[in-house]
Amino acid sequence: MDNLQVYLIIAALLFSLGLFAVITRRNAIAVLMGVELILNAANLNLIAFARFGGMNITGHIFALFVIVLAAAEVAVALAIILNIYQNFNSINVDEAQQLKQ
Amino acid sequence: MNIFLQYTLLIYFLPLIAFGIQIFVGKRLPRQGDWVSIGAVLTTLILSLALFAGMLLNYNPHFEQNFSFTWLETANFKITMGFLIDNITIIMLLVVAIVSSASHIFSLKYMAGDPRYSRFYAYLSLFTFSMNGIVLANSLMLLYMSWELVGLSSYLLIGFWFEKDSVANAGKKAFLTNRVGDIGFFIGIMLLFTAIGSFSYSDIFAGVADGRITGTLLTLAGIGLFMGAVGKSAQFPLHIWLPDAMEGPTPVSALIHAATMVAAGVFMMVRVFPILTPDAQILIAYIGGFTALFAATIAITRTDIKQVLAYSTLSQLGYMIMVVGTGAYIAAFFHLVIHAMFKANLFYGAGSVIHGMHHALHDLKDHKTDPQDMRNMGGLKAKMPITFWAMLISSLAISGIPFFSGFLSKDAILAGTLALVERTHSHHLLLIFGFGAALLTAFYMFRMIFITFYNQPSRPQIFARMKESPRAMLIPLIVLSVLSVYIFYTLPNINPLSDKGWFTHLVEAKESLVPGGINPTVHDIEESIHHSHTPAMITSLIVAAMGLLLAWLMYFKKTLSAEVWAKRLKPLYNLSYNKYYIDEIYNKVLYRPFLKLADWVAYLDWNVYDKYFINGFGKVTVWLAKIVGIADYEGLDQGVVDSFGRGTKRLGGSLKKLQTGKIQSYILFAALAVVIILILQVL
Amino acid sequence: MDFNILSLLIWLPIIGMVAIAFIPREQEEVIKIVAAVATGLQLFLAILLWMQFDKTAIGFQFTEKYTWIPSFNIFYTLGVDGLSLPMVILTPLLSFLAIFVSWNIKRAVKGYFALFLLLDTGMMGVFLALDFFLFYVFWEVMLLPMYFLIGMWGGPQRVYAAIKFFLFTLVGSVLMLIAILALYFTCGQTFDMVTLMQTAPEALSGVLWWGVSAIKVIWILLFIGFAIKVPVFPLHTWLPLAHVEAPTAISVILAGVLLKMGVYGMLRVNYGMLPEAVWWFAGALAVLGLINVLWGGLAALAQKDLKKMVAYSSINHLGYALMGMAAVIAALEVNGGNYAAAEAGLSGAVFQMFNHGTISAMLFILAGVVYDRAHHREIAGFGGLAKQMPVYAGVTAIAFFAGLGLPSLSGFISEFMCFVGAFPVFRTIVIIGTLGILINAAYFLRAYQKIFFGQLNKKYADMPEINGRELFTLIPLAVITFIFGVYPAPFLNIIKVTISGLVEHVVTLGGMVGVF
Repeated sequence: MDNLQVYLIIAALLFSLGLFAVITRRNAIAVLMGVELILNAANLNLIAFARFGGMNITGHIFALFVIVLAAAEVAVALAIILNIYQNFNSINVDEAQQLKQ
Repeated sequence: MNIFLQYTLLIYFLPLIAFGIQIFVGKRLPRQGDWVSIGAVLTTLILSLALFAGMLLNYNPHFEQNFSFTWLETANFKITMGFLIDNITIIMLLVVAIVSSASHIFSLKYMAGDPRYSRFYAYLSLFTFSMNGIVLANSLMLLYMSWELVGLSSYLLIGFWFEKDSVANAGKKAFLTNRVGDIGFFIGIMLLFTAIGSFSYSDIFAGVADGRITGTLLTLAGIGLFMGAVGKSAQFPLHIWLPDAMEGPTPVSALIHAATMVAAGVFMMVRVFPILTPDAQILIAYIGGFTALFAATIAITRTDIKQVLAYSTLSQLGYMIMVVGTGAYIAAFFHLVIHAMFKANLFYGAGSVIHGMHHALHDLKDHKTDPQDMRNMGGLKAKMPITFWAMLISSLAISGIPFFSGFLSKDAILAGTLALVERTHSHHLLLIFGFGAALLTAFYMFRMIFITFYNQPSRPQIFARMKESPRAMLIPLIVLSVLSVYIFYTLPNINPLSDKGWFTHLVEAKESLVPGGINPTVHDIEESIHHSHTPAMITSLIVAAMGLLLAWLMYFKKTLSAEVWAKRLKPLYNLSYNKYYIDEIYNKVLYRPFLKLADWVAYLDWNVYDKYFINGFGKVTVWLAKIVGIADYEGLDQGVVDSFGRGTKRLGGSLKKLQTGKIQSYILFAALAVVIILILQVL
Repeated sequence: MDFNILSLLIWLPIIGMVAIAFIPREQEEVIKIVAAVATGLQLFLAILLWMQFDKTAIGFQFTEKYTWIPSFNIFYTLGVDGLSLPMVILTPLLSFLAIFVSWNIKRAVKGYFALFLLLDTGMMGVFLALDFFLFYVFWEVMLLPMYFLIGMWGGPQRVYAAIKFFLFTLVGSVLMLIAILALYFTCGQTFDMVTLMQTAPEALSGVLWWGVSAIKVIWILLFIGFAIKVPVFPLHTWLPLAHVEAPTAISVILAGVLLKMGVYGMLRVNYGMLPEAVWWFAGALAVLGLINVLWGGLAALAQKDLKKMVAYSSINHLGYALMGMAAVIAALEVNGGNYAAAEAGLSGAVFQMFNHGTISAMLFILAGVVYDRAHHREIAGFGGLAKQMPVYAGVTAIAFFAGLGLPSLSGFISEFMCFVGAFPVFRTIVIIGTLGILINAAYFLRAYQKIFFGQLNKKYADMPEINGRELFTLIPLAVITFIFGVYPAPFLNIIKVTISGLVEHVVTLGGMVGVF
C-alpha cells in the first residue's frame, strides 16, 4: 500500500463526498461537515504528496495549518449558525435569504 | 493777524457758533438759549459798527482788503475761498447786522411760547451766518455756497410752523424756485470758470478785461448770474415764491424776505456789474422794470397786510434790478440799504399789528378770523400809536416823499433810468415801468395805512381788545423808523433833495470791464444822470403825490368808491386780484406736466422697461429653457440615455433569474464549470 | 509697515467668520460682538493705512506679491493707491456700521453674520487686488454672500430680487471674464494689472477682431460688466428691487460699496488699460451720465416707497460721477489741454463715489429706522413726524440736504466738480444735466415734506424717537459728510497724485498709440 494513487483516489472520493454534502444538504451543520470533508481531502493530498514526492516536511506543516484553520473556521461558522438559528428559528440555509433582494 | 480779518472772521463765525449751540443744547439752556443767538448777533452788530466807523474815519472810496486761502486743490485745479472787504461789504454787513438784531429782539416777544423757540433762534443765527457769507465772499464759489445756505435757512424758517400744509408747501416752493434760478447761476459760474480758470472776483474781472471771455458767451455768463438773482430776488418770472413765503413768522419775513436775503440777488449784481455786457444789461433792466410795475399792480388789490408788503418788496427789488441794468448800479445798492431799513420796519409794524390781532382773537377764542386780513382791522391808530407812526414813516419813505430816506434812492433810480433813455433815445418803456410803479407804490402803501389805522374799526369786539405791542417789539420799530430819515444817508450834507453825502462818496461806481468800450463809462453815466436828475425828481414827486391823493380819496375820504371802481375795471381787477393767474399757469404748464413726466418715467422704467424688456430676457430664457428641457428630457434623456438604461435593466432582469441566492447552487455551478474547464483542457 | 497690512485687511473678516462658525448658534450676542470686533479691527487697520499712506508718492503702495498659480502666471498681488484708498476706508467703515444696523436681525443670526463677513472680505479684495485673476475671484466671492443675504433675510419679494441681482451681476462678470482673458492672451499672458496698464495700450494697438478694433471690443465688454454694478441706464433695474427687498444693512453695503465697484473698476481697468478708448467713449459716457441723472431723478420723484426713492437717487447721483469721468478728455490737445477741468472731473467722480457711499448709507439707515417702527415705507403714509421725532427729523434733514447737494455738505463739492470738469467739453450735456440739481431738490424736499411736515399722523402719535444704537450708526457718516463738505482738502490730497497720474496716463498713452 505505498502507492500514491491509492491515496489520491481516496482523497478524491472524500472531496466528492464533501462537495456532494455541501451542495445537497439544507442543514447548515451538514454543510459544515461537508466542508470539513473537503478540507480533510486536501490534507490527505498534502501529506501523500509530501510522503511520495520525496520532499521535506512542508506538506505536513501545511496540513497542520489547515487543521488549525479548520478548527477556527468551525468555531466561527458555528457561531454564525447559532445566530442564524436565533434570528430565523431554523438552520435551513434556504430560509436565511434576507440579503436576496 | 490783520484787524479787518479778525473782525470779519468774528462777524462771520459767531452766528455759526450760536447756531451750533442752539441746535444741540438750546432747549436745555435757561430761556431756551435765546441769549446765545442774541448775544452773537449783537456782537456782530458792534463789530460791524466798529468797521463802519473805521470806514467813515478812513473816508477812502478805494479801500479794499482781500483775504483768501486755498480751499481745495488738485495738481492743476484749485478753488480758493476768502473775504473781500471794501466799503460795500462794510455797509452791507452793517445792514445785515442791524436788521438781524432787530429781528432777534422783535422775536423775543413775537415768538414767545412757541414750542420750538430755541430752534427758531438757531435758524436765525444760521441765516445771519449764511447771509454774511454772501456779503463777505471774494469769489463766486463762496458766494454760491452761501447763496444755497441762505436758501436753506429760508426754507427752514418759512416752514417753521410746518404743521400747516400751506406753510410746508411755501417752504418747498421757495427752495425749488430758487433752485431754478440757481441752475442759471451755476451755468454762468461754469462759463466764467471755463474761460478764466478761477472763481474769485478779482481774477474774473482781470480775465474779462483781458478779453478771455467775450461776446455772446460773456452775455450768457452775465445772464446766467442774473438768473440766480432772478430767483433769489424774486423777479418775474420766478417771483412766485416770495408772496407764499409770507407764511413764515413775521420777523423772518422782515429779515429774510424783505431786507436782506432777497436783496442778495441785487447785491450780487452790484458785485459783478463790471462784467455785464450791454445786451445783458438791457435784459436785466427790462426784467427788473417789468417786475416793479407788475408786482405793484398786484399789490393794490391785496387784502392780507403781509401780502401787500410782499408785493411791494417784489416791486422795490424790481427797481433795484432795473437800475443795475441802466448802468447806474450804485443807485441799486443805495436803494438796497435804504429799502432794507424801511421795509424791515414795515414788516415789524405789520408783525406788531398781527401780534395784537392774534392776541385779541385768542381772547375771543376766535380761530376762524384771519389776523392778517386788513378788512378785519381799521382805526388801529388809536390803539397802537407807536406802530402806526413807525409804519407811517416807512410808508412815506417807500413812497418817495422828501425828508425820508426812500426819496433819495428812488430818485437816484428814476434819474438813472431817465438818463439811460436820454443817452440811448430808446427804452422809453422803462420810464413807464419806473414812474408807473412809483405811482402805484404810493397808492397801495397809503391804502394799507388808511384801511388799517384810520376809519372806523370794522370789528369792534376785536378792536376793543387790541393793545400796543410790548417793548421788545417796539424798540426795533423805533430804531428803524429813525433810520428811515434821510439825514443818515446824506451826512455831512443836509439838503433833503440831494443824495450827495458819505454814501455817494464812499461807494464809487466801477468802470465796466467789458472790452471794446461798448458800455458807457462811469463818467458818461454820471454826466447823463446829472442832466436827468431834476426832471426825474419832479416827475417822481408828482406821481407819488397822485398816488397818495388817490389812496386818500378812495380809502379815507371815500369820495371815490373802491368797490365801484373795481366793478368798472372788472377784468383788470380780476387779473390783479388773481395775480395774473401766474401760479395757476405754472401749475398747469410746468408743475403738473413735470410731475406727470416723473410718473411717466417711473412707470416706463418699472412697469414697461423692467417688466417687459428686462424680465423679457428672463421670460425668453425660461421659454428657451423649457424647449431645451423638453428636448433634453424627452429626447436625449428619455430617448437616448435611458434606452441604455432600459436595455441594461432588461438584460439584468433576465440574468437575475440565474441568481437564486442559494449558495449550494452556486457551488454546483462552480464545480460544473471546473469540470467543463478540465474537460476542455484535456481536449 | 512690518506686516502685510493689506492681506490682514482682506482676511480679517474671514478670521471673524471662522470664529463665528465655532460659536453655538444660540449665542447671538457673542456672534454679533465677534462680527463687530472683526470689522472694527479692520476699520482700525484701514485708518492706520490711511495715516501711513504717502500722499505724494506715485504708484501703488504697501504692495504684496506672492506666487499663486505659476503655470498660468497668476500671482497674489495687492496694492493701494489714491484711487482705492478712499474705498478701502469706506468699506470697513460701512461694514462696521452695518453690523450695528443689523443688530436686530432675528432669523439665523449666525449665518447672517458669517456671510456678511465673507462679503466684507470679497469687497476689500476687489479694491486691493492688483492681479486680474485675484480681482475676478474676489469679485465673485462678493457676489455669492450677497445673493444669500438678499435672498434669505430680505423682504417679501426677496427671492425674485436676489435672483435678478445675481443674474444681472453674473452677466457682467462673464463679460468681464472674457475681457480679462482677452487681455491675458493678447498682452503677453499676464494677469498683472500694473503691467497691463503699461503694455496693453501698445499690445492692442491696431489689433482687429472681426473687423473691429480689439480695444473697442474689450472696452465694451468691461464697460458693460462694470456698468451693471454702477448701475448705468439701461442696466439699472436690478437696483431698485434689490434695494427695496434687501435688509437695511445690506442696502447700505449695496449702495455704499458695491455700486462703487463699477466706477472704481472703470477707472482702474478701462481707464488704466484702454486709455485710447477713453477718447472714443467719453461722449457716450457723458450722455449715459446725463440719462442717469435725469432718468434716475425723475423716477425718484415719482416713487411712493421711500427706499425705492433712495434707490433711484443712487442712479441719479452716480450719473454725476459718470459725467465727471467723461471730463478727462478735456486734457487732450484737441480740447485745449485743459488739465484743470480733467482733474476736477475725475477727482469729482472719485469724491462723488465716496460721498455717495456715506450719504446713501445714511439714507438707507434712515429708511430702515422708520420701517422698523412703522413696518411700511410709504412716503405718503407718514406725516408730521418732525413733531414726534425731532432728532430723527434733524438727522434726516442732514442726509436729505446732503443728497440734494447743499453746500457745506460733501455731496455738493463732488457734484460741483463733476459739472465744472465736464463743462468745457460737454457744454450742452452739462447744461441739461444741471436740471438734475433741481430734480434732486424736488424729490428730496417732496419726501421730506410728506414724511415730516403737516399734521402728525394719529397712527404714529407714540412712535419712539430714534435710539442710541441707530444714532451711533448715523453720526459718523453725518460727521464725515459735514467735515468733507466744509473742508474737502484732506480727501482730495489723498487722491491728488493718483488722479493727475491717471489723467497723464490717459493723455500720453492714449495719445501715443493714436486712434486705434
